[in-house]
Amino acid sequence: MPFYVSPEQQMKDKADYARKGIARGRSVVVLQFADGILFVADNPSRALHKISEIYDRIAFAAVGKYNEFENLRLGGVRYADVNGYQYDRRDVTARGLANVYAQSLGTIFTETNKPYEVELVVAEVGEDADTDQIYRLTFDGSVADEHGYVAMGGQADAVAAALKDRYREGASLADALRTAVSSLEAQDADRRLEARSLEVAVLDRNREHRLFRRLPAARIEELLGEQAS
Amino acid sequence: MASHDAHTGRLPGLFMSPDTSSFTEFLGAYSPELLPGRRGLPAGVTAGEEIPHGTTIVAVSFPGGVVMAGDRRATAGNVIAQRDIEKVFRADEFSAIAIAGTAGLGIEMVRLFQVELEHYEKREGRTLSIEGKANRLATMVRQNLGLAMQGLAVVPLFAGFDEERSEGRIFSYDPAGGRYEEREFHSIGSGSVFARGSLKKLFRADLSAADAALVCVQALYDAADDDSATGGPDLARGIFPVVATVTAEGYRRLGEDEVGAVARAVVEERYDSPGGPTAPLR
Repeated sequence: MPFYVSPEQQMKDKADYARKGIARGRSVVVLQFADGILFVADNPSRALHKISEIYDRIAFAAVGKYNEFENLRLGGVRYADVNGYQYDRRDVTARGLANVYAQSLGTIFTETNKPYEVELVVAEVGEDADTDQIYRLTFDGSVADEHGYVAMGGQADAVAAALKDRYREGASLADALRTAVSSLEAQDADRRLEARSLEVAVLDRNREHRLFRRLPAARIEELLGEQAS
Repeated sequence: MASHDAHTGRLPGLFMSPDTSSFTEFLGAYSPELLPGRRGLPAGVTAGEEIPHGTTIVAVSFPGGVVMAGDRRATAGNVIAQRDIEKVFRADEFSAIAIAGTAGLGIEMVRLFQVELEHYEKREGRTLSIEGKANRLATMVRQNLGLAMQGLAVVPLFAGFDEERSEGRIFSYDPAGGRYEEREFHSIGSGSVFARGSLKKLFRADLSAADAALVCVQALYDAADDDSATGGPDLARGIFPVVATVTAEGYRRLGEDEVGAVARAVVEERYDSPGGPTAPLR
């Protein structure tokens, strides 16, 4: 058995451990655009998603350890569907989901030896950009209410810095996608991202019923090829 | 019971167990009282006619898809409980479901079925095959068997577009959960006997989507003509059948004006021949 370890040291060790795990992965960005919210992940896999639909207006993006965030995603889908079935579809909100995720992550962080090595975004598209909601959750259960854009994952600081320069409000889908991709390329000096190595999805407020939609590689290519407007 | 732990606000362990992608199965473990079939009546009690019943549904396949339609009446004994009830619903992007029998339980079953399909799709990242959907529905009907024996039967009709075969398919059920695939057309509910006779004479293999919708409205008219529990087009109030098509483009409910025009034309034509279109003798 080890000697006495102060709670401060214990928390710090866990946090360092989680941060290190997250820093090994590639990045994801989430940003608002004219018609809703855009999710872009540097993820060549077609099957193991980092971006997913949760409910009519709500989507989920994650970085870190796949089995851990997948577990959270599946739990979130159950949470949303049970509430929507029990009450009404309108009663399922990103705020509610962010709260249960925060509580779950917080408990796992404090009560278990191994914290989750994940970082999440839960986003809900509103009637207009002002009512869009983006919540960012970290491994210890902290929640931040974000506006405009979020970058998380391996080189999140570099990506966020690039986004800060390039992001502008009310951009078209093509412009927002280009902004996201060029910001993700800031992960490494020589990083070039092609349509095939990207996972892209939108919450489009102009659609009906289920607003989440994945963009196929052909569409991503087409959007990236469009001239900047 | 709230859907998250009241004391800590976090997701209970059950939510994170990866065992099933079926919403119904999960709900059965988590909060079984929410499932429609689980609320049994006391032994020996039979529900009377005072609980509203939905009546006639028809479905017709055509090259490229299927049309489903239902009248708008719910009856409680001899009383018209509702004139504008809707009994045909979108199940998911490529399928439709309609119900006959106890309206309250039927609508609950539809809601559960819709969540079931969407839940599977979100968790697994793929949609169920059309047979998979039809089988899930059979299980739900079977779970209602106890209530069906006590007078609260619900019988659905399920139709969808099979993306693999590129054609419309129709599945019918019995109260014990038996699942039967129907060819060409089918009808359920109190007026189904009359509707089926009508469908038999009006169906042809080369119907267009619009003509298939017309066949459905004609069959519902014939059902309403002879079955007091089926409602005909209500021109005075502007209440017309719900008609939906499912094709490669997905589920589409026809607009009020579209169905209204078809229904008015059918009624207009019946002034001259009340029995509707006649089939050639040979």
